[in-house]
Amino acid sequence: MTGLKDCSSREKLVVVGAGMAATRFVEELTNRAPDRYDILVIGDEPRLAYNRVLLSSVLAGELSVDDIELKPRQWWRAAGVEVLSGRKVIKINAAARRLLLDNGESVDYSKVALATGSRAARLPIEGADLPGVHVFRDVQDVEAMSRLEGRGARALVVGGGLLGLEAAYGLARRGVDVTLAHVMDRLMERQLDAVGADILRRLVEEKGVRVLLNANATRINGSGRVENVEFADGQTIPVDAVIFAVGIQPNADLARQAGLDVGRGVKIDDGLETSESGVFAIGECAEHRGVCYGLVEPAYEQGRVLAMRLAGQEASYGGSVVSTNLKVSGVRVFSAGDYLGEGDARRIVCKDPRMGIYRKLVVRDDRLMGAILVGDTNGAADILDLIRSGADISSQCDELMFGPPMREAA
Amino acid sequence: MLDEVLAPAALENLHNSIAPVQATTTRSTCPYCGVGCGVLASANGAEVIGDPAHPANFGRLCSKGSALGETLGLGGRLLHPMRRQADGAFARVSWDVALDEAAGGFRRIVDEHGPDAVAVYLSGQLLTEDYYVANKLMKGFIGSANVDTNSRLCMASTVAGHKRAFGADVVPGCYEDLDEADLIVLVGSNAAWCHPILFQRIMRNKEERGAKLVVIDTRRTPTAESADLFLQIAPGADQALFCGLLVNLAKVGAFDADYIRQYTTGFESALTAARNIAPSIEATAMSTQLREVDIAAFFELFARTTRTVTAFSQGVNQSAQGTDKVNAIINCHLATGRVGKPGASPFSLTGQPNAMGGREVGGLANSLAAHMGFEPANIDRVRRFWNAPRMAPREGLKAVQMFDAIARGDIKALWVVGTNPAASLPNANAARDALSKLELFIVSDNVTSNDTINSGAHLLLPAQAWGEKSGAVTNSERRISRQRAFMPAPGEARADWAIFADVARRMGFAGFDYGVAADVFREHAALSAFENDATRAFDIGGLARLSDAEYDALEPTQWPIRDGDGKGRARLFADGAFFSQGGRATFIAPAKPTLATTLTKDFPLRLNTGRIRDQWHTMTRTGASPRLARHLPEPFLEINPSDAADLGVEDGGFARVATPYGSCVLRAVATDRQPAGHVFAPIHWTDETAEDARIGALVAPFVDPFSGQPESKATPAIVTPLRFARQGFLLSRNPITLPEGVWWTRVAVADGYGYRVAADLSDDGWTDIIRAASACEDVAQLIDETKSLFSGAAFVEDRATLIWALAPVSPSWDLALELFARDRLDQSERLSLLSGRSGRQLTDDGPLVCSCFRVGQKQIEAAIQQGCRSAPDVGEATRAGSNCGSCRPEIQRLIKISLAAESAMDLAREDQTSMKEGASDETVGF
Repeated sequence: MTGLKDCSSREKLVVVGAGMAATRFVEELTNRAPDRYDILVIGDEPRLAYNRVLLSSVLAGELSVDDIELKPRQWWRAAGVEVLSGRKVIKINAAARRLLLDNGESVDYSKVALATGSRAARLPIEGADLPGVHVFRDVQDVEAMSRLEGRGARALVVGGGLLGLEAAYGLARRGVDVTLAHVMDRLMERQLDAVGADILRRLVEEKGVRVLLNANATRINGSGRVENVEFADGQTIPVDAVIFAVGIQPNADLARQAGLDVGRGVKIDDGLETSESGVFAIGECAEHRGVCYGLVEPAYEQGRVLAMRLAGQEASYGGSVVSTNLKVSGVRVFSAGDYLGEGDARRIVCKDPRMGIYRKLVVRDDRLMGAILVGDTNGAADILDLIRSGADISSQCDELMFGPPMREAA
Repeated sequence: MLDEVLAPAALENLHNSIAPVQATTTRSTCPYCGVGCGVLASANGAEVIGDPAHPANFGRLCSKGSALGETLGLGGRLLHPMRRQADGAFARVSWDVALDEAAGGFRRIVDEHGPDAVAVYLSGQLLTEDYYVANKLMKGFIGSANVDTNSRLCMASTVAGHKRAFGADVVPGCYEDLDEADLIVLVGSNAAWCHPILFQRIMRNKEERGAKLVVIDTRRTPTAESADLFLQIAPGADQALFCGLLVNLAKVGAFDADYIRQYTTGFESALTAARNIAPSIEATAMSTQLREVDIAAFFELFARTTRTVTAFSQGVNQSAQGTDKVNAIINCHLATGRVGKPGASPFSLTGQPNAMGGREVGGLANSLAAHMGFEPANIDRVRRFWNAPRMAPREGLKAVQMFDAIARGDIKALWVVGTNPAASLPNANAARDALSKLELFIVSDNVTSNDTINSGAHLLLPAQAWGEKSGAVTNSERRISRQRAFMPAPGEARADWAIFADVARRMGFAGFDYGVAADVFREHAALSAFENDATRAFDIGGLARLSDAEYDALEPTQWPIRDGDGKGRARLFADGAFFSQGGRATFIAPAKPTLATTLTKDFPLRLNTGRIRDQWHTMTRTGASPRLARHLPEPFLEINPSDAADLGVEDGGFARVATPYGSCVLRAVATDRQPAGHVFAPIHWTDETAEDARIGALVAPFVDPFSGQPESKATPAIVTPLRFARQGFLLSRNPITLPEGVWWTRVAVADGYGYRVAADLSDDGWTDIIRAASACEDVAQLIDETKSLFSGAAFVEDRATLIWALAPVSPSWDLALELFARDRLDQSERLSLLSGRSGRQLTDDGPLVCSCFRVGQKQIEAAIQQGCRSAPDVGEATRAGSNCGSCRPEIQRLIKISLAAESAMDLAREDQTSMKEGASDETVGF
């Protein structure tokens, strides 16, 4: 128990994981109930929590790692929170309310919040573990990829979702010759329809990223290091690096070992509590009503709700309407809700392919159900609010599509 | 739309702003209404403005006249003689072939069937010289008086009324009377729209001299809106009102007994007839459906105002009793001696620019030449003057009868010149069918396509248009003005008089060797004076010996101008000297007022027809002006709101209006300007400009027994509502062929064509039309399934080539018209086209800074400008950075940058101040 304060008057709360969900949760909780808990945050990365969303900007060279730190050390100290960086919890003894750390130490808790996040997936294909094959998840990954910098380096990004696009853009900004291979027939198929994806593809290509669709990577070749990638259609692309951006898997091993209910992630109820009393989970490691969110916003909502509950306030989490923002400068993409709007939904679509603009609102019974905005994402916040609130929008369709009318000059 | 309908005619007062007349400026006259305004045209008509020196308008022009410069393009212009081929298409032929065919065809049919088997149908748009040669050819050489003109539809009742009352077709007064009258009564005249320059003179008189204006009309027109007293009279009841007036004038002793005794005849029988028709104010009220108090006010005003002008137009003329109406009005002026005196006269407002010239020439089937009729002495006189081999022995067939004769096959050859009877005649569908039966059907015109040409014309002869042709016109006040050419005739277009003269020569006739228009004019003037000796009103013998140069320089002049007169006369008949036997004017006893038709259960409404402010006739010229198209771009039906409600017709929706003769589909305008039971539709649209709006096809062909003028303003009709799933517009650089089932109307827009459309087409149906019309890849579009709306635009190199907008409710096209006129559109303008509004568009927020709340750099900079000095401040103001916070570094950077910029500014300001101080020191030092 070295270095840990023994404040018997306060309840002992341990947060496992030191990412964005954990930080927001701690911030909310210390604001609401400054003296109620004795808080310990344990994170396995050797640094303070940072904004993972901005890693693509770091990769692109637009920001440094220091720039994306969420809270400075003084803040943690001032909040009375102890942070253990570079430490990993390897076991939960729920019965004893005790955690075992990778250095052999153990920590007792009264309550524990799991915020262990997720890890990047790799395709289970031959050569996926060769040197030069990366994922795009944390600062280390970014640092590894940053070494590709320089004229003539060729990278293949596998995966045409949000993460893949951001990785490809970041590398392209560094002067790397980037090809992005996506197994589906369109980019960001979970967020965009065919028209929106097609406009996005053109915008991305204008940023210098070569895009291959329907491209199923089957094998990575190389002797001691990545040399080329083979595809199902028979083509082979010579590369110096491969970046997998094919999705994430919730980090639920710890919970599983502890005997908690686990699906894809750690199952939680509307109170963010797992099947084990006193054990909570938030963020990407959690599974709420069958949904594992891979975005920061639900994690923040969960963190806020849990903070309120632990501060003794009424709160419950009913799930999130998620929205997607692509963080690629000059390529604006927003998607939320029922973005396809099939069946009896009515669609309002504005498209100007040459100008790279596509805006689609999905409406059912005068309520906004979903939206896609490509190229021009103004009004997205209002649109998201309306999707969430379910307010009647029949009188404001034009404004949602084209912005508020200009006020007459006085 | 309501506001537009009410808007008074736009006037361009150019008195003060007139540019110095350039050497290249040509003085001419406007080709539209009978006011006959003078214009100044720069070379090639780049600019057409009012002529300050012309006494009709003193420099002013109405909206139509002001837009003349926009109407001179060659789009759709007939440039060469064309002959219809076996396949139905026209092919170019030489003038030689065309003239031989015209002359040979006329010759053959006259030889086989006699002279009355051929006919010529002329236009009030023609110049006096054109009329003269056509009339001479037909009545003196071919030997038939089957020469009539579209003036028959316009002024014939006034001609007949003038002849009955005055013994000659003479307008006794002049425009100055409108300036000098104390009471102006407008009967059946929407002068505010149809004679705007005269109306402005009336309004100025009202303002400056306090003249009263009484408007008598079935519709509350823009003219009526300006009246001191508006009498919304029942259709066909005008002579009841003026009979009642005559009776009342007798009752109050307002007659000019001396004038009646000295200069007139028939007074007693006319008064007796008037007493039968309208013995009292109560009886007048019954017949006219006016309030007694209004009638009494009008009668009282008329009785006590010596300087009274009663001006009348198509509401009087276009009636099966039009001639009686004219005479009922004239009776009141004769009885009060208010004829041809300053500010006191009956006054006919002529419709067309040269209807008067046509009347002077005799270009009507019931007159021979130069105001002479078919009396044996006149026939003999004209024969001798013309040295004519085969004089027409009797009156010919008037327009409606002429087309009946064509339908029967009695007339086998027709030459239509400068008019469009397939659109403008009553029962126009029957007229069109008749045209298709002709053995020889010649059309002289400026256009390659119109409803008449497309009714089976065999031979098209390209005529000079306004601005190219040269000759004389006469306006409503008997003022002869020169219309002069200021641009070369395009292609092979020729003067109409020259075409007629050539055909006459090829038919073997002597006396048609005219070299220039002046030759024709001198002959016309000489005929007017020939054996005249002041027995005929129309005498311009004083102009018979003009040299070519004097003719070219002829100043606007009022006839009569007898030989030896220095100048013409502004007014006639103040002291009698009428042209009937005995020199007395004749009171005419009018028939009991009645309409030619009665309403039935199937046709329970009265259809009135008329003009709108910014179009002229069938729009061949005004239709070329994008500016004029903006006023009322669609054919419409005005209907009283209570009728609309009863019939289920929506204001702004569509209505089918049908009569026993035909039907149209028009935009419905519910307005209380239109009395219940009456509907109104404008006459201007044809098959060239609309899918289903030829209003002539609906008009009953019943005519006045004296004038032969049809009753165009009171046809029984039925209106049914019509709805279309979508309506909207298409703006295209090229003409679009729209499929069956699409209601459309076409107007000129800048560098293209504007279509207003409506239909029940499927999405795919519209998409096919749009795709076919756009034919390019760069397309921006909005599809709003919630509103069944789609709009979009196709571009070639940043220029919109096609713009469309379709929705259940008609979208506004004003913004689209403006953007369509531009050569380049930027991104926000492209989006404006889709949104249909020019509001704040997308992408104005600058680069995105806060992803969570989508706050752009510009918004943040604005917050900093307003005093935010930290990221949390900015968050308070804009929400930026208040969620994930990942943009806070960037917000801080923006704060730092703008604070640095501000302090740099402060430094600069300090520097400036010190420099100033230094400078002043220096100044002191000096």
